[in-house]
Amino acid sequence: MTRTEFMQGNTACAEGALAAGCRFFGGYPITPSTEIAEHMALRLPKMGGVFIQMEDEIASIAAVIGASWTGAMAMTATSGPGFSLMMENIGYAVMTETPCVIVNVQRGGPSTGQPTLSAQGDMLQCRFGSHGDYSVIALSPASVQEMFDLTVEAFNLAERFRSPVFLMADEIIGHMRERVIIPDHVPSNQRKPYEPGSLPFRAGEDLVPGFPAFGKGYGVHVTGLTHDERGYPCATSPKLHEDLVKRLVGKVEGARGSITSCDILNPDAEVVFVSYGAPSRTVQQVLHDHPDDNIGHLRLKMVWPFAEMVLARFTNAEAFIVPEQNLGQIAREIERHTDKDVVTVPKLGGDLHTPGELYAIVENLK
Amino acid sequence: MSEEDWLRQDRLPHIFCAGCGNGTVINCTLSAVEQIGWKRQETVFVSGIGCSSRAPGYISTDSLHTTHGRALAFATGIKLANPQLNIVVFTGDGDLAAIGGNHFIHACRRNIDLTVVCLNNMIYGMTGGQGSPTTPMGGLSTTTPYGSGEPAFDLCGLATAAGANYVARWTSYHVRELTRAILTGLENPGFSFIESLVQCPTNYGRRNRFKQVADQIEYFKSHTILVEKAARMREKGEMIPPEMILAGEFVRRNRPALGVRP
Repeated sequence: MTRTEFMQGNTACAEGALAAGCRFFGGYPITPSTEIAEHMALRLPKMGGVFIQMEDEIASIAAVIGASWTGAMAMTATSGPGFSLMMENIGYAVMTETPCVIVNVQRGGPSTGQPTLSAQGDMLQCRFGSHGDYSVIALSPASVQEMFDLTVEAFNLAERFRSPVFLMADEIIGHMRERVIIPDHVPSNQRKPYEPGSLPFRAGEDLVPGFPAFGKGYGVHVTGLTHDERGYPCATSPKLHEDLVKRLVGKVEGARGSITSCDILNPDAEVVFVSYGAPSRTVQQVLHDHPDDNIGHLRLKMVWPFAEMVLARFTNAEAFIVPEQNLGQIAREIERHTDKDVVTVPKLGGDLHTPGELYAIVENLK
Repeated sequence: MSEEDWLRQDRLPHIFCAGCGNGTVINCTLSAVEQIGWKRQETVFVSGIGCSSRAPGYISTDSLHTTHGRALAFATGIKLANPQLNIVVFTGDGDLAAIGGNHFIHACRRNIDLTVVCLNNMIYGMTGGQGSPTTPMGGLSTTTPYGSGEPAFDLCGLATAAGANYVARWTSYHVRELTRAILTGLENPGFSFIESLVQCPTNYGRRNRFKQVADQIEYFKSHTILVEKAARMREKGEMIPPEMILAGEFVRRNRPALGVRP
């Protein structure tokens, strides 16, 4: 039965994962994401799942990838320092096309930074942090409800694309408490099974191969080395490497127009806010306080792959205002795709922008 | 079935150098797996990075060739998510004891039901012969050109102290003993650790007075001393020369274990 609860963002994330079918959590305590691990430790054993606290974040993501190869839906949750440690194995998950969900409840960096305060400083690390060329999917929740909903969505996308999917939350949304509607059933997208007789890394038109889970007798070899469609290492063929990397990037980038997820308000506006995560709440307050058809809002729920075509939905846009809890990471991406003015509104230190600060920028542009 | 049925014939020839000891240990492992009667579809080989870690690529079961040092963490995830699977981890001295040292001690502490075969060649072979945590004092490598000045790790001592249920050491000379030890490891619930010293003529042997492949194997033969004999010598107050290799079974016990098939 659909139920309404008042809960914390991190708890809602864990509940979303369980609803989506997650049955393996490997993690390591780190502020401000720890409540996700704690809630999974409480809930998973009662649901026939596995919770394990690993010795560090490198081991956590490794265990998650291992579990995923048995067919389990698996996740981890962390914050900046742990996220940095996970980078090598995230690249391994990309290369081996292993579905998994990685939650980053972002805090102030670099280094140990501000463990208890909010930031969005890992948005480019999430996109580019592991070595080599690749592409990923990243969602960014702006409410406790979305901590639930977008975690479900993250699992579905991970299964569909056989890719790591990031839930790039922030401390504010992770620790916020709000009303959440938890439905009886959530949409579920299982990974496409391997068809015996095919090859384990041969993909069809969607560029995603069927998944040959361990223990089914397929005898599949999985390696982070450049591999052929059999999964066998072949690290010296330029053509094979190029084809593989282009397929891995293409399966995500090629779908960006169809999978992108955003809210659009006032598409005829000349001044348009672009936001994701906690700063979206300030933008919503500005629009609440100053209802004006000429102020638009593009709220990205999916940040990566960046679907530049949604910018064109604002046909009269003169300027994009981009408030972020970093020095302008996604603003840089927007600049790449538009000839309109892009106004970066950076905020460091953990506080949100105030509605007054953001409205002053609109006034200045008028 | 025979050991050969466990090999991916279409991946041969392998990449190991002429005279390498890895093939011997892989053969002993497959022989043990064959003797215990595991089914191929229920068996997974896992490895990290390095010469030894290429072994699963030649074995016809499901196999996961992971990142450097992390094989045990990946294997932990597989085993906990599906305890029905039998898991053997191939690793090397650099993979296990240097970059993967933290995962090693925690896998022993958890006593997770894996069998780990460590092919210890005392050198980084894949990258061309750099010193490793098990390069002996004075041993020559490209990064210890004046002789290693660091004491080597005792991997079996480490595994025993950290809580593994079964710990044994042999060498590529001791084929029958090694096979028996691996078989015992496979049978034993919990974390089983079997270290095998292996000759590396290309990168260790030729820099360290072993001009021929057989010279290092001869050395393994003449410089091993059984743990029982070493214990008797210690009781009598006799000195055990530091270059001697302690071989045999260090521990076999029944601590609480994780991931054991229900």
